[in-house]
Amino acid sequence: MTRTDPTDVPRPDARLHFGVFFQGVNHWTIWSDPSSGSQIAPASFLRLARTAERGLFDAFFLGDGLRLRESEGGIHELDVAGRPDSITQLSALAAATERIGLVSTSNTTFNEPGDLARRLAGLDLLSGGRAGWNVVTTHNAWTGENFRRGGFLDHADRYRRAEEFLAVARAVWNGWAEGAVAGSVDARSWSVPDAVGRVRAKGTQFDVDLAPTLPRSAQGHPVIFQAGDSGEGRDFAARHADVVFSAHGTDFDDALAFAEDIRGRLRAAGRPEDALRILPGTEIVIGATEKEAEEKARWVRLEQVTPAVALGIASRLWGFDLSGRDADGPLPAEEPVVARDTGTFGTRWVDDPRAVVAEWRAKAGANGWSLRETVIELGPQRGHVGTPAGLAEKFARFVRHGAVDGFNVSPYLVPDGLDDIVELLVPELQERGVYRSAYSGTTLREHLGLAPVV
Amino acid sequence: MPRTALRLAVEIDGDGAHPAAWRRAAHSPGELLTPRRSARVAAVAENAGFTLVTLEDSILPPGSGADPVGRIGAVERAAFVAASTSVLGVAPVLATTYAEPFHVSSQLASLDHVSAGRAGWVVGVEEDPAAARAWGRPPVEGADALAREARDGLRVVRDLWDSWEDDAVIRSVATSRYLDRSRLHSIDFTGETYSVKGPSIVPRPPQGRPVVLARHGTVPAELTDVALVGGTTATEAGDAAAAARSDGGPPLAFAEIEVALDTPGGTARERIADLERYAPWTARPDRLRYTGPASGLVSLLAELSGRVDGVRLRPLVLDEDLAVLSRLVLPELFLRRIAARPLPGATLRASLGLTRPLSRFTTDITAAPVREETR
Repeated sequence: MTRTDPTDVPRPDARLHFGVFFQGVNHWTIWSDPSSGSQIAPASFLRLARTAERGLFDAFFLGDGLRLRESEGGIHELDVAGRPDSITQLSALAAATERIGLVSTSNTTFNEPGDLARRLAGLDLLSGGRAGWNVVTTHNAWTGENFRRGGFLDHADRYRRAEEFLAVARAVWNGWAEGAVAGSVDARSWSVPDAVGRVRAKGTQFDVDLAPTLPRSAQGHPVIFQAGDSGEGRDFAARHADVVFSAHGTDFDDALAFAEDIRGRLRAAGRPEDALRILPGTEIVIGATEKEAEEKARWVRLEQVTPAVALGIASRLWGFDLSGRDADGPLPAEEPVVARDTGTFGTRWVDDPRAVVAEWRAKAGANGWSLRETVIELGPQRGHVGTPAGLAEKFARFVRHGAVDGFNVSPYLVPDGLDDIVELLVPELQERGVYRSAYSGTTLREHLGLAPVV
Repeated sequence: MPRTALRLAVEIDGDGAHPAAWRRAAHSPGELLTPRRSARVAAVAENAGFTLVTLEDSILPPGSGADPVGRIGAVERAAFVAASTSVLGVAPVLATTYAEPFHVSSQLASLDHVSAGRAGWVVGVEEDPAAARAWGRPPVEGADALAREARDGLRVVRDLWDSWEDDAVIRSVATSRYLDRSRLHSIDFTGETYSVKGPSIVPRPPQGRPVVLARHGTVPAELTDVALVGGTTATEAGDAAAAARSDGGPPLAFAEIEVALDTPGGTARERIADLERYAPWTARPDRLRYTGPASGLVSLLAELSGRVDGVRLRPLVLDEDLAVLSRLVLPELFLRRIAARPLPGATLRASLGLTRPLSRFTTDITAAPVREETR
């Protein structure tokens, strides 16, 4: 294998950043394997976070969801589900880890900025400046049924609310001037008089007036992550985020196109191109040889997409119940039912089911795939498969060409799913000079090489 | 009849119960908000043998006016403390006056998971109208409305804890099912001001329900586990405890006691006088207050044992009084079997002598209660 010549690339000194995504709700985590641990016990979170820290990862990341997923009028029961409140879980991990960033996915639609900003600031202080916030939005009334306000937000307002929310949160984090806390017990008061500003904000979404309760952390503010892929989402990221997650990290050209798009939006927003890190979500399957890696990846797919899971995914695509069909037979002959989102929540992943079904039929026909094989080949989310050396070469190319700044890894096994990556892949990356050999800072912002908060 | 040993709780918010306690703290003011300091206080409380720490909170800063004192959210501190300790119970104050009960339920259930069954909840009420402005919500005004929000919030939170039966995670490889949806329940709560569908996003907590503590009279007594009661003498506290426990009240009642102890550095009176130069330590009619030597506190607690099930101590200055409690008070209480230490591996419920409740939605009443999530 020829190594990429580092001098012949746009970013010869680029370093790869890794995050780990403890998904919590998904069918990619193989729960059926005997080595699969609890999805809720503290030991699982601790083991994964400590492994990631041993592997010098930037961040440990938790997802969010404010209602259990349902399909066909019942709670979806095939996949891993049930997870902790992320800030609570991460505050516990702050006590049990030293360096790794702790990123909470927290929703701007069903939280209030004064409260959430305070919770995140507390996590940031308890972790010594390692907190991050993945800003997500919801608009559907179905999620709203768990909250006082119900389904109060129009679709168009969700990013407006997110922007105003973030502005209030930043004002809360900026509320205390440098040196606002008295230096000694003999001072006139605990905080320096008038060094704590009030936050008064009145917009289309909020009318708040509060006294922030916390000074800045070692990194100033929690690091802002964002994951929306729509034009609106990408613009939001370009204007406000420090890190963007994407689903564009498997195919090089696709990843590069996404990165170029984001860089264009950054320029349009008046921010430098290096103000944002791009970390696509991915899965990584490692084998000693290419053949072994492919075999392992095949096993992973079959465990993830059992016949029942394949039928479940197809049911959500087609829009009606396909359970009882033969997953190893051909694709259903019926056309998908469109505009029927009352029976499926939090589980449909495509905008236009008819187009997707047409594509599935064409490819299944051309390749002779069964329904299950089609789901495995064409269903959502793929990852990287290879040997440690091969993957290291590939990732070095991705990062040195500016297609990504790193990856947010979703391990297919919890809690041992990072072991291969840390023990086998990280040393290969280090050998190629594309991965850190030690943490150089203590905060998440420093790990990511982001500019200090002003 | 042998008396049941007292259970000991201590409030660890800030630097102590006195509003100027930070002036006698063993650290600089900024150190209050560091992980190191949170871990140290927790370690002292755990090693001393307390069963439980409570953590006061509000979205409003403690202190007053233009010179607030910093405070990290109680749930975040409690989770951090839980991960820094192994037998100590942790109970943050949370009010559902403005907070979303769905979030409160998730936070407390998660605290129970991260602590392996050591979570409690001190039910709070946000009475200050400034809290409404900080939340950006319409103010909840008047005793009736405040009581309604506290009551409804408590009902929703408890029902959400029960919304996953203990064995809802079945991991059935044969049927490809991770969950059994028949063991998950919508709570379908409809109150006067809001409704909540459910179920929770968090699997049932290890304790089934974290331990609920509330000041007597603030929420329906039958929904709580521990009443926090006042009284300015041991007799009054005993009477208040008896009243709280009667007529379907909670199984346990703890007396609230403010304590200022003689230390090697000064008598309790001298230490209070020192702090009174800055702010008054106003006596509250609903709390016992003890000032003096450690031996006197041991005598008071001996007098209380048999009358109340436990006490929550509010030390004048944590850095000074916790040390005396650790060295002189708790060892004597344990030696004389006036109080009991929590046992390693026990849940907070077990340490308090409370049973683990089945989910009220449990469909199969022959199902044996289990301690932890099935793997």
